[in-house]
Order: sequence, then structure tokens, then C-alpha cells
Amino acid sequence: MLTYLIRRLLLMIVTLFGVSVAIFLLLRIVPGNIADILFDSAGMIDPSEKQKIIADLGLDLPLPLQYWSWLNGVLHGELGFSYVSEKPVIDEILPRIPITARLAGLALVFAICAGVPLGVISAVKQNTKLDYALRVLSLSGLSMPSFWLGLLILMACVRWFGTIPIYDRAPASIWAWIAMLAIPAASVGFRSSALIMRLTRSSMLEILRQDFVRTAKSKGLSDNAVTYVHALRNALLPVITTIGVETAFLMGGLIVTETVFNIPGVARFLVEAIRWRDYPMVQNLVMFIAVVVVTVNLIVDLLYMLVDPRIRYSE
Amino acid sequence: MSATVPHSFWNNVSYNARRYPLGVAGGIIMIVFVLAAIFASAVAPLDPFNTNAKASLAAPGPVYLFGADMMGRDVLSRLIHGARVSLAVALGATIIGSGIGCAVGLACGYIGGWFDLLVQRVTEVMQALPLLVMALVITASLGPSLRNTIIAIAIPLIPSVARVIRSNVLSLREMPYVEAAKATGMSEWRIAIIHVLPNTLAPLIVLATAQLGSTILTEASLSFLGLGVPEPYPSWGRMLSESAAEYVRTAPWLVIYPGLAISLVVFGSNLLGDALRDALDPRQRD
Repeated sequence: MLTYLIRRLLLMIVTLFGVSVAIFLLLRIVPGNIADILFDSAGMIDPSEKQKIIADLGLDLPLPLQYWSWLNGVLHGELGFSYVSEKPVIDEILPRIPITARLAGLALVFAICAGVPLGVISAVKQNTKLDYALRVLSLSGLSMPSFWLGLLILMACVRWFGTIPIYDRAPASIWAWIAMLAIPAASVGFRSSALIMRLTRSSMLEILRQDFVRTAKSKGLSDNAVTYVHALRNALLPVITTIGVETAFLMGGLIVTETVFNIPGVARFLVEAIRWRDYPMVQNLVMFIAVVVVTVNLIVDLLYMLVDPRIRYSE
Repeated sequence: MSATVPHSFWNNVSYNARRYPLGVAGGIIMIVFVLAAIFASAVAPLDPFNTNAKASLAAPGPVYLFGADMMGRDVLSRLIHGARVSLAVALGATIIGSGIGCAVGLACGYIGGWFDLLVQRVTEVMQALPLLVMALVITASLGPSLRNTIIAIAIPLIPSVARVIRSNVLSLREMPYVEAAKATGMSEWRIAIIHVLPNTLAPLIVLATAQLGSTILTEASLSFLGLGVPEPYPSWGRMLSESAAEYVRTAPWLVIYPGLAISLVVFGSNLLGDALRDALDPRQRD
């Protein structure tokens, strides 16, 4: 167990190192120096100013040295300065994290609370009209762009309530937070709930065919007890793995959803940083996202091991 | 005559078509969209680029079936021409991504050793980033253009394809017919191309169809964020991004129809993908 954990942590570090190299190089194969872009966009003409920018940003150093100074900074918690706001990157990113974390958490809660029960119902009522309707619902959840669903909900709000819930200032209480984020969370979580529903259904169907379920039935347990106590517990195992995989998708969904609903979170900030060509920001934000995805995957794997005693990672 | 032959291609198709009606429905949706894209100029009722100040934000009616946008351009015609862009990007990215992924997976399964290990590490690096984030960074790096959008969406597809093909190749290599081919003195590479590769086709088709939907959604998201296919191509995602902010209140048709087109074509590809998976890859059936 301990060796497994150590091995996973080492692999995680290797992966994150790879991400850092990849993102660093990717942002530097751009035709045109960052300084040129800054120079042009700022409307400056004096060439000495350009030399100053290049020197300030350390762009005259060889690539390995530039990479090393960034990595060294990251390891010491110093992420550099934003090209645009000229504030430390960390001060820009940190306050945005809780907003995105709340939205993602709420979306995940929505996805599980809607996906699991509907998946179970769909499996228990296999090949009925209800099952078909739920399957079409889940397939359409996988087909709709989450930002479009968000826009549709906004339009419905305008039509029926006359207003749009727009993020203007940080809500005061936890309930205000939930009320504010409920609609964006539902629109981004719908896709995840559709996937969880599909998976719960197929894994339920498989479990319901197994011997121990027949035994439970034949010893006289009620259908509900069999379904919810015996079958569901086992059917949920593969669903846990999906939640890990789905985190990465959720991140992608958050980018567009935060843009649609104008929520000042980390995900939307990445798009803004890319638009402004704020490379230190992009670099660090992508690293942050990779850390989150890798960590969540590790936690999910460990959780899986805890929940299912049959799985023990040796070595 | 051919009807009595039990395993003819068309018999197989019609048998499976009857077994998977939803897959047929998905296939029909896809065909309709592809035909609309190919014959866009003939099908579209109006010129998608023709601006008309008098028709600015015209509501859906007899002339402008799905309404008109701010510049008075016909939404329906732009949607039909947009099918061209969105499907070209999706198909192009899927074919490139699956092709490279297939080659990498085949090489991993065959060369093994350090190459396999290296590819696995690279795969893990790529999977640590969400598809959209990677596509965003790649377009940011290469600059927005039709070609770069295809590349940006294709690259993130490679790892999952490579992984599936690799595990497939590893099991196919142990098959008796591969051993038989070896015994006849066939070279490893000939076996890989002639015997192993064709047998990875079924999972490849299943995976590629499943990915088609996600590439369409990724293109829509990229274009929606203003970092996808640039002007003058009318991509569905960009039509939404142009109208999203301002016209949610005043001109809902500018928001509803492009999104409906995206959802419908992805829905069709998902239906088709599910049916193909059930028919071609029985192990994954649910």
C-alpha cells in the first residue's frame, strides 16, 4: 500500500514535470516574440523600450535558463508577475479559486444527485417507456454544449422572471452563494449527470443479473431492499472512477460556463489570459489545472481502493 | 440471388439496421447534415454573407425562416454553410487524431520497451489536461485559423486512441493466426500491417464515432470563446458567440437555432456511435 502510494506520487511528479515542459515550450514556439506582441499591442514605437521589455521579462536568456527560473519560482511559491495587471500571478489566481471550486463542487453534487437515482430507475425499469425517455434525456445531455444550455436557461429566466441572475458582487452568505451558482452549476453539471446516469444504468443492469442478487431475491427480500441495499452499493463502484475522469471534462465545461454567466473564476480567467497573451498567467493557470486533475485522479483511485476491498494495489 | 447468401455485406447491414433502429436514426441525421454541408450553396435559400440593413434582426418569417442576424444575414443559410465548417473541422480532427493515435498505438504494441514507456508518460501528461484547455493553449500558440483549429482539436484525441489500439494490438499479437503467419516466415512489419491492423479497425471506428461528437462540441466551445475558426467562415460556435451576450433578450432565434444544430448533429453521432459499439464491439455493450 505504502509502496503503491509512493510510486503513484512519483509518477504524479513526473507527469506534472512533463506538463510544465510541454506548456513552457508550447507557448514559446509561437511565431513572434512575446515582447513583439506586447510592444505592438501597447502601441509603443521606441526600440529601446522593446529591449527593456525583453530584459525585464528575461526573454533574452536561453530557453533552459528561462524554464529553470520559472520552475524554481513555482517550487518556491513565486509565480512571477502578470504581463497585463503587473500584479503577482499568485494574487490574481488565489482569490478566484474558491469561486470555481464552489461552482465545480455544486455541479458535481448536482450531477451525482440527478445521475445516480435516474440511472437506477432506468435500469430497474429496463426497456419501458420511462427507460427510453431517460436514455434520450441522458444522450441529449451528452449532446448539448453546456454553454448553450446555460444560454437557454438565461433566456427562460428573462422570459419568466424578467431578470438574469448575473454575478455582480460576491454573495454574503452560503445560501446566497448557492442561489447564485445553482443555475450555472446545473448547466455545467447536466453533462456529467448524463454520463453518470448512463454508467449507473449499465453497471446496475450488470449487477442485477448476478447470482448474489438472485440469492437475495430468493431469500424473500423486497425488490427495494435488493435494488438499493445489495445492488446499488456494488453498481456505484465504476461510477466513482467516472467522477475522476469527469473532473477533466468538468474543467472544460467550467471555462465556457463561467464565460456565459460572467463568473470571475479561474476557468474564465484562463481564456482572458490567453486573449491578452499574458503568458506567465497562462503557464501557471494550466499548471494549476493539471495539479487539480492529477490530484483528483489520485484521490479517486485511493477512494476506489478503500470502497472495494477486492482491489489491492500491490508492488 | 444475393439474398440467399448469409454473410453478404448488405445482408449484414440490413440485419444490423433492424436490430439498431436508433443507430439508423443517428446515421440518417448525420447523412442529412453531411449532404447539407456538401451541397450548401445549392440548399441554402439565401446568400449567407449577404448583408441587408433593412432585415437587421428580422424575426423568423416566410423570407428568413430562422430569422436574420444583426447584419441582416439569413440564419438558416448561415447554419447550412456553418455545417460545412463545423463538420470539416470535426471530421478532419477525428481522422487526423485517430490516424496518428492508431499509428502510435500500433508502434507501442509492436516496438514495446522504452518507446512504449515514453509514449505512456507522454499520454499521462496529455491526459492531465482537459481537452478544451489543451485545445485552447494550442490555438493560442499557433494562432486562430481553420487549419490550426483542426490541429488543436486533433492532438488531444491521440492518447485515448493510442491506448485502445495498443491494448488491442497486445492481445492480437498472441492470436494463433499471427503465430501461423510468423511460422510461414512473414516479417513482423508485414504481419502488423496485413494481419493486426485490419483487426483493430472495429474498435477504431467505434472510438472515432464516439469522438466525433466531442470534437464538434470542442470546436463549438473554441469558436464560442472567440479562439476557434475565424471570419469569414460561419461556424456554429461563432454564430452563438456573436449573438450570446446581446441578443439573449431581444433575438432568441440567434441563440436557439445554432445551438440546436450543434446538439442535433452531436446527438446523431452519439446514436450512431452507440449502435456501432454494440454491433462491432460486443464486449463494451451495456
